[in-house]
Amino acid sequence: MIRFLINNDVVELNEARADLTLLQFIREHRKKTGTKEGCAAGDCGACTVVLVEPASSDNATKLNYRTVNSCITLMSAVHGKQLLFVEHLSDGKHLHPVQQALVDYHGSQCGFCTPGFVMSMFALYHSNTKPNRDDVLHALSGNLCRCTGYRPIIDATLAVCEQTPDDQFTARQDTTLATLLSLSSEKPSGTGNIFTPTSREELKALIQAHPDAQLVAGSTDLSLQFTQQLKDVQTLISVSHIDALKQCTKNEHSLIIGAAVPLNDAAPLLLNAFPQVAELVTRFASLPIRNQATIGGNVANASPIGDMPPLLLALNAILHLDNGDSIRTIPITQFFKGYRETTLAKGEWISAIEIPFSTPNQSLAAYKISKRFEDDISAVCAVFNVTLVNGKVEAITSGFGGVAAVPSTCEALENVLKGKQFASKECLTLGKQVLVDAFSPIDDVRATAEYRKTVLANLWHRFWLENQIVNQIETRVVQHA
Amino acid sequence: MRKLIDAPNPLEKSDKLGVVHVSRKHESATRQVQGCANYVDDVTEPQGTLYAAVGVSECASGTIESINLDAVRQSEGVVDVVTIDDVPGHKDIGPVFEGDPLLADGEIKFFGQPVFAVLATSVNLARQAALKGKVEVSETKPILSAEAAHQQKTFVRPLHRFGQHADRVESTFKNAQHQAHGTLSIGGQEHMYLEGQVSLAIPDEEDRMKIYTSSQHPSEVQKLVAEVLDVKLHRVMVDMRRMGGGFGGKETQAAQWACIAALLASRNQCAVKLRLPRFTDMHVTGKRHPFENEFDVAFDETGKIEATRMTINGICGHSPDLSDAIVDRAMFHADNGYFLGDSDIVGHRLQTNMVSHTAYRGFGGPQGMIMAEAMIDKIARAIGSDPLSVRKRNLYGPTTGSFTPYGMKVEHNLLPDMIAELEETAQYWQRREAIAAFNRESPVIKKGLALTPVKFGISFTAKHLNQAGALVHIYTDGSIQVNHGGTEMGQGLHTKIGQIAANEFGLDLDMIEVTATRTDKVPNTSPTAASSGTDLNGKAVQNACITLKARLAECFAKSLGLEDRAGDVLFINEHVVLDEHKITFTELVQKAYFARVSLSSSGFYKTPKLQYNRDTGEGRPFFYFAYGVSMSEVSVDTLTGEYTVDKVNVIHDVGNSLNPAIDIGQIEGAFIQGMGWLTTEDLKWNEAGKLISENMATYKIPAIGDTPKEFNVKLFGRKNAEDSIYHSKAVGEPPFMLAISVWCALKDAISSLSGYTVDPQLDTPATPERVLKAVAAIQQSDCRGGAI
Repeated sequence: MIRFLINNDVVELNEARADLTLLQFIREHRKKTGTKEGCAAGDCGACTVVLVEPASSDNATKLNYRTVNSCITLMSAVHGKQLLFVEHLSDGKHLHPVQQALVDYHGSQCGFCTPGFVMSMFALYHSNTKPNRDDVLHALSGNLCRCTGYRPIIDATLAVCEQTPDDQFTARQDTTLATLLSLSSEKPSGTGNIFTPTSREELKALIQAHPDAQLVAGSTDLSLQFTQQLKDVQTLISVSHIDALKQCTKNEHSLIIGAAVPLNDAAPLLLNAFPQVAELVTRFASLPIRNQATIGGNVANASPIGDMPPLLLALNAILHLDNGDSIRTIPITQFFKGYRETTLAKGEWISAIEIPFSTPNQSLAAYKISKRFEDDISAVCAVFNVTLVNGKVEAITSGFGGVAAVPSTCEALENVLKGKQFASKECLTLGKQVLVDAFSPIDDVRATAEYRKTVLANLWHRFWLENQIVNQIETRVVQHA
Repeated sequence: MRKLIDAPNPLEKSDKLGVVHVSRKHESATRQVQGCANYVDDVTEPQGTLYAAVGVSECASGTIESINLDAVRQSEGVVDVVTIDDVPGHKDIGPVFEGDPLLADGEIKFFGQPVFAVLATSVNLARQAALKGKVEVSETKPILSAEAAHQQKTFVRPLHRFGQHADRVESTFKNAQHQAHGTLSIGGQEHMYLEGQVSLAIPDEEDRMKIYTSSQHPSEVQKLVAEVLDVKLHRVMVDMRRMGGGFGGKETQAAQWACIAALLASRNQCAVKLRLPRFTDMHVTGKRHPFENEFDVAFDETGKIEATRMTINGICGHSPDLSDAIVDRAMFHADNGYFLGDSDIVGHRLQTNMVSHTAYRGFGGPQGMIMAEAMIDKIARAIGSDPLSVRKRNLYGPTTGSFTPYGMKVEHNLLPDMIAELEETAQYWQRREAIAAFNRESPVIKKGLALTPVKFGISFTAKHLNQAGALVHIYTDGSIQVNHGGTEMGQGLHTKIGQIAANEFGLDLDMIEVTATRTDKVPNTSPTAASSGTDLNGKAVQNACITLKARLAECFAKSLGLEDRAGDVLFINEHVVLDEHKITFTELVQKAYFARVSLSSSGFYKTPKLQYNRDTGEGRPFFYFAYGVSMSEVSVDTLTGEYTVDKVNVIHDVGNSLNPAIDIGQIEGAFIQGMGWLTTEDLKWNEAGKLISENMATYKIPAIGDTPKEFNVKLFGRKNAEDSIYHSKAVGEPPFMLAISVWCALKDAISSLSGYTVDPQLDTPATPERVLKAVAAIQQSDCRGGAI
């Protein structure tokens, strides 16, 4: 059973197919048609809804409003949360402030994307952060509009988010909070063929009982098997309710991120330790995807175009692999075996990702190249992590996506450049030479092999320019905070 | 009716806002933001509704040997399966010419062509079953490029050709001081309406059929459904309240899904919904035509064009669809705003084994117009002049010429004034200098700037489509219901129509209800396309209002004993006025009802002055031109090819704006959509002819972060010299082409690497990859720039 709130009503779901998406539930089961299907793949945001939960950081005295793409969210994800969709926002005949702003600024044309925008604006409104233009762009990065050109939507959002949140939801905050706390104190028991273990032991037992079951966390990739490939699913085991997998901790040497922590929850810690990777984190899909997608999932997927593996490779991350009895650790550099193939043993799962902190003499940069800045898949992702001693290259670790069948490193870079003066032209040209020949990428829908090779070399050029101590020049058309 | 409702208090409202030429909100806005504006998929389904899906081919070309649908029939939930052999009536649903079978008819014409349709108890079961068909095809080598189509001489229609003094083009070229040649490969574009294709067919008594469809052309859907079912048109009713975007993609290509749904609904006597999943939608519906064009231009040392030869090659896909008119429109716009001297323009309609490309905002215009701008850039780089100077030098006017290559005189040309205004207000020359200074100091990032004009012909080039009908009812409480033949796809047509009706009767907008477009209210309508929705339907509605006003005025004058003064009656501020006599509108309506005056009228309009002779390639295919100018500034990263559009200034001509907010919305939206076409929207087919950019993950339309940081749009505000509705101008398509300034600005930035001596070859879409390739071409050709 899964229990959650739809607006103010407690709903219990006993039986549901494992692949039932939140969008299907809303439109087909609840017959509420305000939430739209644009792509059924998490790419357009027409289906955006908000999940509300007690904010873990504030001793649960506040509510967190998060957008998700309902088209790729599985029902198990809403347990213990409040689900809000577009029909809930207006108060009787009074439009919600975000709705009114969108009307006043002429922010809807065909209107099909509008409910999704409304929900993203609503979540931002409740963040109570007085967002600037960049914040607005990030918050709405998962919503596509084909009619307006966005300008009026940006203006409406900026204007309405100037206000301190004051709506029926803030008025009911305490009641909602209390209800949610009581709901989430109950363990979910899954529905039909989706299991929702809450402990390591349960997870182990379930895996043993259902050896063919697939593990799922944020479901942002897995759901595409149902919504795009129309596959039938037998059994799923959700790891999203296991507290141990949702912890982030820090010790003297490293950051340890639970495998089931959504990227956005891990982002503050990650960026605090590695501010240089802001671009990669911001450009890692859209906000609603980052609200669900986990680092563990991105690693376990072993996709050659995932954006976290290159970063973790360059940072020499350690994976904690658990089988329910014991936890072993392996360097991530040994994890990826072949196309979507890993060294994960049968019955084993990733429990955490450990990332060693940088030393002061390390220069780190993470680059992503894609056709579009927001919510696009890397044509090439490159992360360089160079250790310098007295201006000379001591070590280079690196990670690359989109250039081979697996997320890759390039040891040759260190072998060739070790001991060279970083500021020297030689360091530039040798690095480019190494990289242009390091991989044999393929032509695909995102880019040609030729472009990938050229850009890879040029990203070393960019890195070299950006890390010169003297004569800094502008190298970027987009700045990420 | 025995007793009427009480008339409102006749107290005058004070200072009521005007209803036209002011920004009124979109008529559906409050419902859209609440999620209660219904689209076809949101309509409450009748009991027993079943769901359809299509099974498609997995090769691009060949003869069907066999279709085995056993596994489909046995699949869970399946109720019915149909192929082309199950069609009782017409099998071909080509809109103008034959060539579009409802389902594959013996031959496979493109990868992903629908071969059969399946009906099942749920959407998922239908789609899963559709994957189980076995279609055996004896494959032939598909034609997948313009080159192959030319070689094998496969065309969907014969070529068209026109020009001015075409006979002396060759000698002008011979005598010209300068000549230049250029080619451009222009990518197509997926419509990516957020609401995909969808139809709901509901059988009614005997063989009658009601269709809800997301279509820009309900009358054509009605006709094709009737033909497919082999019933008369009057048995089919099509209802279209609103689309979640159309952009041309639902002009002809919504019909197939309605027809398939209707076929299944008719056979099984139950409601049938067919909603395409996004990936299917992208495979089975046509896109903006890709073009492969070529020009030769002769010019003097000042950059003045003396002669132009152009070959326009539209890649049409497997069938004619609307391609004849689309390639024509590309040819009609190959001049953009410039006098081309002696000219010879030829347009080919290439047949390939691809989905049949179709209407898309601009309708070929953009693919022609970009050639004019490519030519100007080429001339400018050749003579070392700023492209803006060359643009101004060649505008239609006394120092150049006034006749287009198709012999239409350009009157009321606004471009000289509009360019002058934008040049001044957006500080073209100051920014040009600032950019030059920036580029000198910045080895990696290069900025570019361009100001380009738009001149776009307004009217359907198929003359008969330039007509519209309307039906207006006044009810006894004074409220008014308006019907017209246009469809609402977000462009604000219903809002403007409501404003027009309100304005005619002197009422506020809340007295007007514009209803769903229905084929039983206004018959034989044209598609809502060619930017013509308001021009045509607005006039038709106005004419219906004029008829009703005349009846009411007569009734009023008569009641005052002033029969001969009916012509002086005015409708203002919810009142009807004749000299010192005044009555509320509602009171007069009730008086008229009791006096047995008809309170309902149709209206009709046809566009005047149109004539084009396709045999001679001469005439006036357009009622008027809409103009615009835009200036874009970009930054290009010469290491990766990534770029941003930093600043955009637009002045656009909508005549007397009916609704400035809606017009600005159209302009901004069109600009961004045009920018997407020229930058990130990259259609890719593999060597087998399969579309591989088949979803939103691999085909990237502009996202919110692509909105230029500074984006200033201004309306030009000069009234239309022609007698259009309140002297406004059409706005749907023309601003799409303002985005060509982005492409020119990218080329400008790249050209800076050569000290502006090289005109970079930059095919579209100008993805970062293509930009980097153009950068590398200059760096390798030993111009300045190169290594840092």
